[in-house]
Amino acid sequence: MSLFLSQLLNGVQLGMLLFLLSAGLTLVFGIMNFINLSHGSFYMVGAYLAAATLARTDSFLLAGLAGIGGAMLLAFAIERLALRRLYARDHLDQVLATLGLIMFFNEAVRMIWGSQPVFTAQPSWLNGSVELIGFSYPSYRLMIIAAGAVVALGTYLLIHKTRIGMLVRASSTHPDIVGALGVNARLLNSLLFSVGAGLAALAGWLVGPIVSVQSGMGDNVLILALVVIVIGGIGSIRGAFYAALLVGLVDTMGRAYMPQITRQFFERSSADAAGPALASMLIYLFMALILAVKPNGLFPVKR
Amino acid sequence: MKRSLLAGAVAALAFSLAPPAQAADPVKIGFMAELSGPQAALGQDMLDAFMLVVDQNGGKLGGVAVNVLRRDSQLKPEVANQIADELIEKEKVPIVAGITFSNIMMAVTKKLTTAGVVVVGANAGPAPLAGAQCSANLFVVSKQNDQFAEAMGKYAVDKGYKKVLAMAPNYQAGKDYVGGFKRVYKTPLADEIYTPLNQLDFSAELSRIAAEKPDAVYAFYPGGLGVSFVRAYQQAGLIGKVPLLTVSTTDGTTLPALKDSALGVMLSSAWGPDLPNPANQKFVTDFEAKYKRTPSEYAAQSYDAALLIDSALRKTNGSTENKALTAAMKAADFKSVRGSFKFNNNNFPVQDFYVFEVAKDAKGNANIKTVSKQLTAHKDAYGAECSLK
Repeated sequence: MSLFLSQLLNGVQLGMLLFLLSAGLTLVFGIMNFINLSHGSFYMVGAYLAAATLARTDSFLLAGLAGIGGAMLLAFAIERLALRRLYARDHLDQVLATLGLIMFFNEAVRMIWGSQPVFTAQPSWLNGSVELIGFSYPSYRLMIIAAGAVVALGTYLLIHKTRIGMLVRASSTHPDIVGALGVNARLLNSLLFSVGAGLAALAGWLVGPIVSVQSGMGDNVLILALVVIVIGGIGSIRGAFYAALLVGLVDTMGRAYMPQITRQFFERSSADAAGPALASMLIYLFMALILAVKPNGLFPVKR
Repeated sequence: MKRSLLAGAVAALAFSLAPPAQAADPVKIGFMAELSGPQAALGQDMLDAFMLVVDQNGGKLGGVAVNVLRRDSQLKPEVANQIADELIEKEKVPIVAGITFSNIMMAVTKKLTTAGVVVVGANAGPAPLAGAQCSANLFVVSKQNDQFAEAMGKYAVDKGYKKVLAMAPNYQAGKDYVGGFKRVYKTPLADEIYTPLNQLDFSAELSRIAAEKPDAVYAFYPGGLGVSFVRAYQQAGLIGKVPLLTVSTTDGTTLPALKDSALGVMLSSAWGPDLPNPANQKFVTDFEAKYKRTPSEYAAQSYDAALLIDSALRKTNGSTENKALTAAMKAADFKSVRGSFKFNNNNFPVQDFYVFEVAKDAKGNANIKTVSKQLTAHKDAYGAECSLK
């Protein structure tokens, strides 16, 4: 039982991580109707900047500020210089340009920080583990769960309860009217884009101590984030939140129990081949299932 | 139009009538490795160690000037194939060295060796090329892929571990490394867990391991995967409780990112920075002085590859005539940083294998330290299938 509970918590933790990654992506995709494949690059840049700051200052919080702030500034500049020209063009052009950005950033961090993965440590005050009912769980991972919950609540309030959020929502459906009312819609877009990048960088900062900070670390993550926003409904923060949790749970439970389940049905050698393969396919099967029932995702945004 | 055609013809004629290459021309060596992308750390270590030898000898190997053509195979077999074509057709190189990954080696070796190019492999050692598909033009200086795993299997037997659980990424090399371990460690494994190559998080698997409490865990997670895996293993509080036996997971390319979180991890290899032979001491000192970092086993293997080419070209007086060159290579007349070294009948190494532990070195950094020699003058399992003598 305690094994099951700790697997459940593992699933929630992975889900929160995926939520942090996909929140920005779904905002930019849904509200600005812009496909930003370079989202994973801001995650990577955030992780690198945080690691570099941590190495100099030994402060985990300063590292976070530098990672998020740096990535937001970078995103703001990139949006102004390059991406804003692409809003009016079709999705294929956007894919092409942001794919180019991925390569640019991957090689750029390699030129600056080298090809070896870089070291980042978790803060010493989160080193231990917390005793829960019948099992212990690393406190750093509990902190990731908490951070995900705070960001979820924060973005929800920002989008639905503030004036800025209202303008953002309005400009997604009626950009011309919003502009006619005297609001600088272009600035709004730049801000939204850099907030999205900041969320990705936040994820990069938090996962630095548990994954490998290296060139190309954002590429695999991007695919998972795309799965999450498609399941959740593109443009919906709430959708991204629930979808990320579901994907995290499905993936973790699949990896934890699929091999044993397949062994019930097949003989050992074919079960061992089928189990891991099925487990890694599970989230895509899950996505197909959701899309068959709800083609616009769980929480489609009304246009 | 006509005029430019004529000019082209004249140029072509002039080109074909140019005098044949002089003996004084530098020997061209193609160096192919992964120099960009997520696995570039391995390729960079290989290139740096190779160039260390070339630079120390004033741009020469075996007393003749060499021109090292660096090529990035990008971990893409189709790119590697184009590079091979270019090196054969355009550059007409007699020697290609390097080659980081087994799938790249499988893609280009046949093309190169049948074109008469001598291939000096400095890392990958896939089983088919050691067995039925072996070639007189292929020399693998590093190891046959299974061998590190076999050394670790021997260690698990010696330690008397009864319940061992294996973990590896779900692709060919992952299965090979578990297979090599099982060849020596004959007790059936408690379980084999294969994870997707792009997995972010290992907590589901590690929770299972914590619950099953095996005597030891055997793992193969190269490059960045190794950083995430060892980190997660340490954070789950398993280091110190369940011994972690690794192959190609904690090494010079990942230790800078792992630092103290890898203390206590065991690994097997043919090389460690503290092997006491003089060639190795010189290599480690020179490498650290030039590149300001500890070399990895990839660097050591590539350094040996450069030394092998150096010894062969010295024997042939700089001639790259195929028969003389391969005979000189086969003699393996160089001081390897791994101590004793010779070639098996299939041109794969016969060498010693060690088990190391990650521990603090004299400077207080996490580094790898020799624990025991596991296999002496060990041959790979495939030599018998190779028709070479």
